Amino acid sequence: MNAPAPEPLLRLRGLDTGIGPRGPLILYGVDLDLAPGEVLGVVGESGSGKSMLALSLMGLLPQPVAVRAGQAWWGERDLFTLRPAQRRALRGGEMAMIFQEPMSSLNPVMRVSQQLGEVLRWHRGLQGAPARAESLRLLERVEMPDPPRQLDSYPHELSGGMRQRVMIAMALAGRPRLLVADEPTTALDVTIQAQILELLRRIQRDEGMAVLLITHDLGVIAQMCDRVAVMYAGRIVEHGSALDLFDRPTHPYTQGLLASRPRLSAGAGWLTTIEGTVPAVGQLPPGCAFAPRCAQAGDDCAQVPALAPCGPGHWAACVAPQRPRPAQGPHR
Amino acid sequence: MGRYVLRRLLATLPVLLLVSLLTFALLWLVPGDPASMFLDTSATQEALDRVRREMGLDQPFLVRMGDWYWRVLQGDLGTSLLLNRGVTEAILERLPVTLSLTAIAFVFAVLIGVAAGVLAAVRHGRAADQGVMTLALLGLSIPEFWFGLVLIWLLAVTMQWFPAGDYVAFAQAPLLWAWHLALPAFTLACVQMGFIARMTRSSMLEVLGQDYVRTARAKGLPEPYVVLRHGLTNAMVPIVTVMGIMVGALLGGAVVTEQVFSLPGLGRLIIGAVLSRDFPVIQGGLLFLAVIYLVVNLVVDLLYAALDPRVRLE
Amino acid sequence: MAAVMQAPLLAPPGRSDTLGRRLLRNRSFMIGAVLIGLITLGALLAGVIAPYDPLKGNFRARMVAPSAAYWFGTDHFGRDILSRILHGARISLQIGIAVALVTGLLGVVIGAASGYFRRLDGPIMRLMDAFMAFPGIILAIAISSVLGASVTNVIIALSIAATPHTARIVRASVIVVREMEYVEAARAIGASHTRILLRHILANSMAPLVVRMTYVFAVAILNEAVLSYIGVGPPPPTPTFGAIIANGRDFIVAAPWITVAPGLTVLVSVLGLNLLGDGLRDVLDPRMRVNAR
Repeated sequence: MNAPAPEPLLRLRGLDTGIGPRGPLILYGVDLDLAPGEVLGVVGESGSGKSMLALSLMGLLPQPVAVRAGQAWWGERDLFTLRPAQRRALRGGEMAMIFQEPMSSLNPVMRVSQQLGEVLRWHRGLQGAPARAESLRLLERVEMPDPPRQLDSYPHELSGGMRQRVMIAMALAGRPRLLVADEPTTALDVTIQAQILELLRRIQRDEGMAVLLITHDLGVIAQMCDRVAVMYAGRIVEHGSALDLFDRPTHPYTQGLLASRPRLSAGAGWLTTIEGTVPAVGQLPPGCAFAPRCAQAGDDCAQVPALAPCGPGHWAACVAPQRPRPAQGPHR
Repeated sequence: MGRYVLRRLLATLPVLLLVSLLTFALLWLVPGDPASMFLDTSATQEALDRVRREMGLDQPFLVRMGDWYWRVLQGDLGTSLLLNRGVTEAILERLPVTLSLTAIAFVFAVLIGVAAGVLAAVRHGRAADQGVMTLALLGLSIPEFWFGLVLIWLLAVTMQWFPAGDYVAFAQAPLLWAWHLALPAFTLACVQMGFIARMTRSSMLEVLGQDYVRTARAKGLPEPYVVLRHGLTNAMVPIVTVMGIMVGALLGGAVVTEQVFSLPGLGRLIIGAVLSRDFPVIQGGLLFLAVIYLVVNLVVDLLYAALDPRVRLE
Repeated sequence: MAAVMQAPLLAPPGRSDTLGRRLLRNRSFMIGAVLIGLITLGALLAGVIAPYDPLKGNFRARMVAPSAAYWFGTDHFGRDILSRILHGARISLQIGIAVALVTGLLGVVIGAASGYFRRLDGPIMRLMDAFMAFPGIILAIAISSVLGASVTNVIIALSIAATPHTARIVRASVIVVREMEYVEAARAIGASHTRILLRHILANSMAPLVVRMTYVFAVAILNEAVLSYIGVGPPPPTPTFGAIIANGRDFIVAAPWITVAPGLTVLVSVLGLNLLGDGLRDVLDPRMRVNAR
């Protein structure tokens, strides 16, 4: 895990999440550390389980999906053993989440002021004039163009970008130490995406807030993240600093992801892709889940590889780097 | 909002016109001579002529229609052939009964129906859900008037828990009024209860799966609050649109329920008129009911716009 | 929008998931089918299996409780209730099916015209709104009383009461399909209005209509019972459900079976039809929300 660092904000160990008590697993033994004020990106394709990871942490898994094993240490407490009321006290307060679809994530028949007011009332005991003042301050913080008017608006009167800002404001209202952002910009126009990401970055720096940023977009990772975890088929297959990931991708899947980015400079030619498709839930091959699609697969891939260090603070779940290299001639 | 109100009012006018036209046209449909349908075959020519004159059948069609409209706009719905009094008078006298019955039934249907629907949605797939849905299905398959008879037999005659009929005015004795109306209102409501329960359940299920409910939960709000404030308010929107139609169905059912429970309401009046071919009363009663229905629907539409701000843009 | 884009009523053969199989697997549909099927069977075979003449009374066996000789007991004239119910079922089902068919036809014509020809839409819908302003049962009672008491008139009255809503539903489907691209394509190759209407639009609007007709059938049975109970239905001595219940009203304490038995039969029939309709709706398009009454 981490080299000696400030006490982690969140320590996740061995998270198993599955469908029902006996159905197929969606997440397998996920371990994760998050330091206070750190931006950790979780990247993977659709079906990798990254959203489920976020929902597991927040306690928002949809029926019948449930956490089956593991601990999530938030300070001294294991989130998974808390009673629902205790979890709810944290949710929206110290741990906040924003979602992908701003168009549908706000209640259409309630004004912004009411939706913001709920968080203020519930988590900070604010009502009436003080609540309104704080709501305006929050809207200004997320750089809304006209806070007083927009505070009294209904969601359908706001654009997608503005709605996402409102979502961020609602998340900030509870003064979170951790913000979980599940694809916050995917549904937005490209120009708005950049604005929102910059906003998040600014807020994160100013508040010293940790961010768990879920995305499939490597560009977002590059722009925002201190550290990155790569997920494939419900497991973390590589994690390390963002720099490590982009400069020294170790797991073949990560390498494939990086290689498949379209590049303007590469000239016309075939896009590089990773052959094959992500296995469906419950239909994982035995051993390394990526092996069927991996150019470097070998007999030693018949066992699920554990995360092994491949550099300082850099881990990958692959046996390929450990394999003895073929003799390369006189060179060290 | 004001403009929306105006628009809806204007939209209702042509329908109102058509409704009155249809009511007037009812007399037209009669195969043969309305006068001789009212009196029996032994009537004298003199009596027939008199009735014809009273119904205005001796005038040319357009004159009749004009005359009728003129009178209706003044609130005069004609004279009952049977009772020999003003139709309007007779209707107004009986209106409170029908309105009381319908109002209480409406309250029953909405309260019980919505509560049942919410319960079924929240306990989706489990015993409570199945149970509620089965009851709802039974409710809307049952013949109301028969259910009323059975209830009278079981609860009124046998158990003596409720009176078997009659009406006590609210002004006279509020408690008695409620007690006398309890059984009829429940009977009347049972069909709509089933409807509302089913509709509420499916609407709630859809709403509870929406993103904004997930957001509300993500804010750490207590579940009952999320279900009611975020869930139900949105789920009720499609149901409110149907409430106007529901009142119409209740009014229709009230007519029959009054018959079964011997309540002296508008329904009994109309049925009595139907059986004795008292055409002015039939027409007047129909027109009245239709107007009530249109007014209620207008109110419902306005309520709906108040609830859901997106509608006002239409 | 995709409410209309689903498997047409005649699925291509050879697929293991044909419409028929899906219907057979739907529990609601099957239970409903059994219930209404039994009653239909009873009605069809009424002449054969009814143990007694429904119209002839046996004065020595008046108000007999349900027993081996008289399964549902007898009424105040000594008439066998079971036989009366079997014959009453026949009438009710006849009326119900007739109403469903007439309403279906009228609804399709009016709804398609309204939905397809924009200039007709406004006036037609205003007219439908006007009809719907009268509670259905009241409209039926009024028309029935005006026309006179007979089976045919009951059918007419009930059909008029049910048509506006049906026309609405058809119109909604037609409007959705009208906007679809394959209709534009058909128009572009010069297909006539009639052809477009029949082949494309109606074929795809069938599903909500079929479900609606099931419910119309159910409501017709209920409303016919009301009309007969009040006294504006088919004239006595026709043994309609409503008439039997009306007969039993005065003897409900002494002989409750006279009232209970026919009412239960109506309940079972309507329940069966509602279940059938629900099953059909689930199979044809689970996103449709058609009002049963």
